[in-house]
Amino acid sequence: MALSGIQIYKLLPQTNCKDCGFPTCLAFAMKLAAKQVELAACPHVGDDAKAQLSEASEPPVRLVSLKSNGYEVKAGNEVVLFRHEKTFYNKPGLFIRLRDTESPDEIKTRVAAADGYKVIYVGRELALDGFAVEAASRTPAAFSAAINAVRQISHRPLILISRDPAIMAAGLRLVDGERPLMVGADAANWQAMGDLAKQHGAALAVTADTLDGLADLTVKLKDLGVQDLVLDPTAQRLGASLALNTQIRRLALRKNFRPLGYPVIAFPGDADEPAQESILAAHAIAKYAGFIVLDHFAPETAYPLLVLRENIFTDPQKPIQVQPGVYEINNPNADSPVLVTTNFSITYFSVANEVESSGLPAWLVVTDAEGMSVLTAWAAGKFDAERIAKAIKTFNVADKVSVKRVVLPGHVAVLSGELENELPDWEIRVGPREAVDLPAFIKQSL
Amino acid sequence: MSAEIPKDSWSGTVRTVTLGATPAEGGTRSHVVTVGGQKTLPFMHFEQVAPNRPVVAVEIKDRCPEDWSPLLLEVWGDAAISPAAWAKQAEAAGAHVLVLALSLTGDDGKPTTPQAAVAATKAVLEASGLPLLVFGPGQAEADNELLVAVAEATKGERIALGICEDKNYRTIVAAALANGHCVTARSPMDVNLAKQLNILIHDMGLPLDRILMDPTTGALGYGIEYGYSVMERLRLAALQGDAMTQLPMIVTPGFEAWKTKESKVGRDVPEAWGDWRERAITWETLTAVTLIESGADIVVLRHPESVRRVRQAIDDLMTVPETV
Ligand code: SF4
Repeated sequence: MALSGIQIYKLLPQTNCKDCGFPTCLAFAMKLAAKQVELAACPHVGDDAKAQLSEASEPPVRLVSLKSNGYEVKAGNEVVLFRHEKTFYNKPGLFIRLRDTESPDEIKTRVAAADGYKVIYVGRELALDGFAVEAASRTPAAFSAAINAVRQISHRPLILISRDPAIMAAGLRLVDGERPLMVGADAANWQAMGDLAKQHGAALAVTADTLDGLADLTVKLKDLGVQDLVLDPTAQRLGASLALNTQIRRLALRKNFRPLGYPVIAFPGDADEPAQESILAAHAIAKYAGFIVLDHFAPETAYPLLVLRENIFTDPQKPIQVQPGVYEINNPNADSPVLVTTNFSITYFSVANEVESSGLPAWLVVTDAEGMSVLTAWAAGKFDAERIAKAIKTFNVADKVSVKRVVLPGHVAVLSGELENELPDWEIRVGPREAVDLPAFIKQSL
Repeated sequence: MSAEIPKDSWSGTVRTVTLGATPAEGGTRSHVVTVGGQKTLPFMHFEQVAPNRPVVAVEIKDRCPEDWSPLLLEVWGDAAISPAAWAKQAEAAGAHVLVLALSLTGDDGKPTTPQAAVAATKAVLEASGLPLLVFGPGQAEADNELLVAVAEATKGERIALGICEDKNYRTIVAAALANGHCVTARSPMDVNLAKQLNILIHDMGLPLDRILMDPTTGALGYGIEYGYSVMERLRLAALQGDAMTQLPMIVTPGFEAWKTKESKVGRDVPEAWGDWRERAITWETLTAVTLIESGADIVVLRHPESVRRVRQAIDDLMTVPETV
């Protein structure tokens, strides 16, 4: 738990020597509490105080990052239980699991499909994060072959799954210089696994089916010198997973309980039925997982999961907005229709994408609705006749077209009367409620 | 190293709302469905086991909704042209309750008459013993005209009439009051607006145990995070003791998900969107389950496969794990 400025001050020498560049120790303590300076700037702080301060300045959920050539996946560093309290920071990594009982060719085919997958959502390119390889065969040779097969296709970060230290060692040798995640350490093998993690600089997941079991393992491994730990609570069902992940997050944040202050890994692929896999994965995204391992890759489930992850990890204080203005779609000319919408990016992109893919030219006037969707902005008084008229005027839309005719979203049909008063020389038309119906409307009614 | 599980203890409790009335209670339903009653955040059974589970409502229409996605029209088939047949099929698909959403116009293109609305409602009540919610077409005048007639014709059935909004709630609430029904109260994704509407409705004399609140949501990809957080905040406020937020929540992920392009359309979409049917069902299912985890008591769905998956998820969420 973060210390206050006063608590930090009590640990400083209190001599006001100014060597840190601040006039007093208190001033320095305040800056330190605000994380604007490093403790190292004070040369006089004692070892004891240093230990206490650095312990206290550690985040309640440790940041664990996996690395490979050119890629990094981070988890942890979260500070809240509910996104509205601040925001969730590190989107959980989505991994696809391969088993070394599959042939190298099968593995390569599956990896190629997932590795190359990308999809555009609100102007952003979304992709999966990496692969997990499980030593289901329990032989080092098959495990190595599978890892090599993955590495021939993809350079994304890896999760290596085996409880046998000898097999794990064989796998780790192939990815030297990377930071993979090992899954994992249990009550029987933790020492050997811990040694391997240290030797290879890998992150290590601990596996136990109780919180006490997990905490026992992390304490032992921390003493052994392994810092980058991940928790695998092995909950295979929604209810248990929700309870365990919530307890882990609460203990870390509210009690500053260090033994569980690590990211969590989830295996939705362990579900009884494939249809439940995406549900478990969605749950893991919203409820506190840091790494998510799927057994199946298909675009139709990857896309919704990637979108959900974007949504849940959007900073609630900063709704994603686009710049108000007039947007040209498909090279409009003086005869092209004028459409109006708000500057909430999801709204903007739904409208823009529809019109764009229809091939129809149009002027899209994006009004400043403080980043809210049409209905929400209208209810909040941020998308009214006055604002729409102001946008039409400030962006000089009249100069761009020969027919002064503007199309309102169907959800705000009630504004058409007022807008006629605000824009007397314009014809006001009410369009469809949903963007998906716009191309048909433009073709038929304009 | 022993971890002491941090347990919340809240002063507030979510109220219960019971939908439907059996013959003994003056209705004709085969059973009633009760939602709400939680004393904890969703599914924190280790603090206290939730008394009632979230329920799945299936939305059916009084006439075949031609603007629905072909995937939906295909799966419901001929049932979609008869409210009675549709009700039976929805019940068979696993609905806990039914939502009959009235259309603005009839098959002849003319405005739906109160007689037609009543006939459709009665047909549904006869075909299925499930508790029922009836939503108007979503235009104030039509809502009032149709829902008053429906409310009177179904006196004692304890249906839920919707959708009350701050611009139009008085007539619907009065009809519920006079005929022993409940209402749903929709506000646009805002904690204070939700409270305000609950207060207005309660001030008309409708007891709080007859109000379901609908805080509105966006579909996955279209603003779900707003609905999600508003619901979390409403449930936290309820547990903290704010009486006017202590109502069970109903949301319409089916409606929201099926109007997105991802669900509605199968042609001329990016290849990266994958198989249409599975994508559409996943879209509806993930929207629903995410909202259930943030506090939804009733989710209104459209596709039978989504109903099956969401019910299974609810069963899972309600299972009290032994290890915890
Ligand atoms: S250098 Fe250290 S001791 Fe000196 S004023 Fe700064 S904080 Fe205080």
